Amino acid sequence: MNETREKLVEVKNLKKYFPIKTSMFKKGNQVVKAVDDVTFHIYKGETFGLVGESGCGKSTLGRTLNRLYNPTSGEILFDGKDITKLNNKELQPFRNRMQMIFQDPYSSLNPHLTVEKIIDEPLEIHTRLSKNERKEKIIDILEKVGLKKEDLDKLPHEFSGGQRQRIGIARALSINPDFILCDEAISALDVSIQAQVINMLEDLQSELNLTYLFVAHDLSMVRHISDRIGVMYLGKIVEISKSEELYDKPLHPYTQALLSAIPIPDPIKAQNSKREIITGELPSPIEMEKGCRFRSRCPFAKPICAEADPQLKQVDDEHYVACHLY
Amino acid sequence: MKINVDKESSLLEVKNLRTAFYDGKTKTEAVRGIDFSVKKGEILGIVGESGSGKSVLVKSILGIVPSNAKVDTGEVILDGRRIEGLSKKEKRLIRGKDIAMIFQDPMTALNPLKKAGDHLIELLVRVRGIKKKEAKQEAIELLRMVGIPSPETRVDQYPHEFSGGMRQRVLIAMALACNPKLLIADEPTTALDVTIQAQILELLKKLQREKDMSVVLITHDLGVVATICSRILVMYAGMVMEEGMANEIFYSPKHPYTKALLNSIPRVDGEKTRLKPIKGSAPSLKNVGKGCPFADRCEFAFDRCFTEVPQYNTFSATQRSMCFLAEEEVKN
Repeated sequence: MNETREKLVEVKNLKKYFPIKTSMFKKGNQVVKAVDDVTFHIYKGETFGLVGESGCGKSTLGRTLNRLYNPTSGEILFDGKDITKLNNKELQPFRNRMQMIFQDPYSSLNPHLTVEKIIDEPLEIHTRLSKNERKEKIIDILEKVGLKKEDLDKLPHEFSGGQRQRIGIARALSINPDFILCDEAISALDVSIQAQVINMLEDLQSELNLTYLFVAHDLSMVRHISDRIGVMYLGKIVEISKSEELYDKPLHPYTQALLSAIPIPDPIKAQNSKREIITGELPSPIEMEKGCRFRSRCPFAKPICAEADPQLKQVDDEHYVACHLY
Repeated sequence: MKINVDKESSLLEVKNLRTAFYDGKTKTEAVRGIDFSVKKGEILGIVGESGSGKSVLVKSILGIVPSNAKVDTGEVILDGRRIEGLSKKEKRLIRGKDIAMIFQDPMTALNPLKKAGDHLIELLVRVRGIKKKEAKQEAIELLRMVGIPSPETRVDQYPHEFSGGMRQRVLIAMALACNPKLLIADEPTTALDVTIQAQILELLKKLQREKDMSVVLITHDLGVVATICSRILVMYAGMVMEEGMANEIFYSPKHPYTKALLNSIPRVDGEKTRLKPIKGSAPSLKNVGKGCPFADRCEFAFDRCFTEVPQYNTFSATQRSMCFLAEEEVKN
């Protein structure tokens, strides 16, 4: 595709290991490899979807590249600048360019603060606007996310889940970020409300030229909102592709299994579709053997899969897969 | 208007069920006059968003509503026997033996201090009256039946040693231990990953066929109901908006809410188009208006919708919808 498209976020060989405490007094020597050698990039203005089952490391990857966690090794480039090793102070100018929308609209808003105060906080920290200017800005943002000026003095408990998520989005947008990490941003909402929030995120993206990293387990919603999608399994990205292509022509056996497990809201299709139900469950991320991590559940596993870790290779324009079959 | 259900083949019948929560003087009605039946050997799906009353409905049927709630009116008839007049002890026997239930959260439904097998053994001893030694053997068989690998060792393990999917299997084994006639599953796969969800749904389908049970599956996921249910109730604000066979609900929905719900979800098949959300949000059950509960959000609503609750209109032997518009359609 467009070779000259600018990359906003670039991640190279990123690793995030968490040590496991086996005793209260000593640091354990075992580690959970939550993110293990991941390389990918996000273009400016696109929505990159990250999918995978719980425990695959998708949230950790998102939070590490936002520098909410310190990476174990690897490199994170934001708009061309290496932010991997910056300390908190040096990160400050980048912090207001990357924001986050959280999963749970109930616990992510301080119940004691009014809506105005919630949205004002980032403005107070990151901008030098006067109080009146800030208030004007807050009202402007509230209207953008579909809330009213009268809501300024209300407390979070006066709102429904969908409205609270709008407040969370307003808070993230208040300081004009370029990049927003949406970590399961709509999973806690009802079906009819999800569509409202998704449409709003899409409108805001084109209006404000935002770049999204959309982390979710709802595969149909991810297909809908994403331009490109990365599939994670046990700390690795196993496939990256443009979103339609991924659903039409999944290459990795795990992607195939994952997609065929989506329940289709259409009785005839659902009952006729040949489902490849993968047996077994996610192995423990602690004692990882060498070779491909999916091989214990893979119907196509070959001897080489136990020998070598498959690397992500390009099979098509913008389509990468890490599997020995290709 | 009631749907004609062959009395012979219906296992559970619920008539005019009303359940409300009481907080001092305020009354919040969560289930507002529901009629439905479950036929022998069918999988009935109850779909609805949070707050639609679907969980309270089944809890009312089982008589396990929380202490601040009360079933005000209604008849529940299981296999020709009225449940609501029975004593506590008799009700307890029905739960577990005739009706079993699986809950949403497999993480909290098991006692962490008890081995997985002991959950089953206790049940088998108490309800089926089997001796403890035989019960252990039976427990192993049950675990094998629900697809737990090496059940001989698993039977002596504690819940924390099981993954979410495996715990849900243990709960299903518990539910099936006494060969219930009716299995009620309240969001059984919501807490699980899609690949595990597919395994559990497949298992439920297989067990339902083999044991010829009836299953009531409560969920908010339209994909899940399409996959395994033959008949569907669509609930909103404590009422049944529409009822019909799966094909009727998905291919010729009559109620605007059902239509709007189907339109608001993204599809993995077909073209990407902009989503069509339902405007507004679900009404509070504390102060319900006089009219149709969906009127505020309905794009077809007219004056009458706000002042009067619509009657059901019947479209086929199996489909009915609670909407004035449908009435117009039928008349024309």
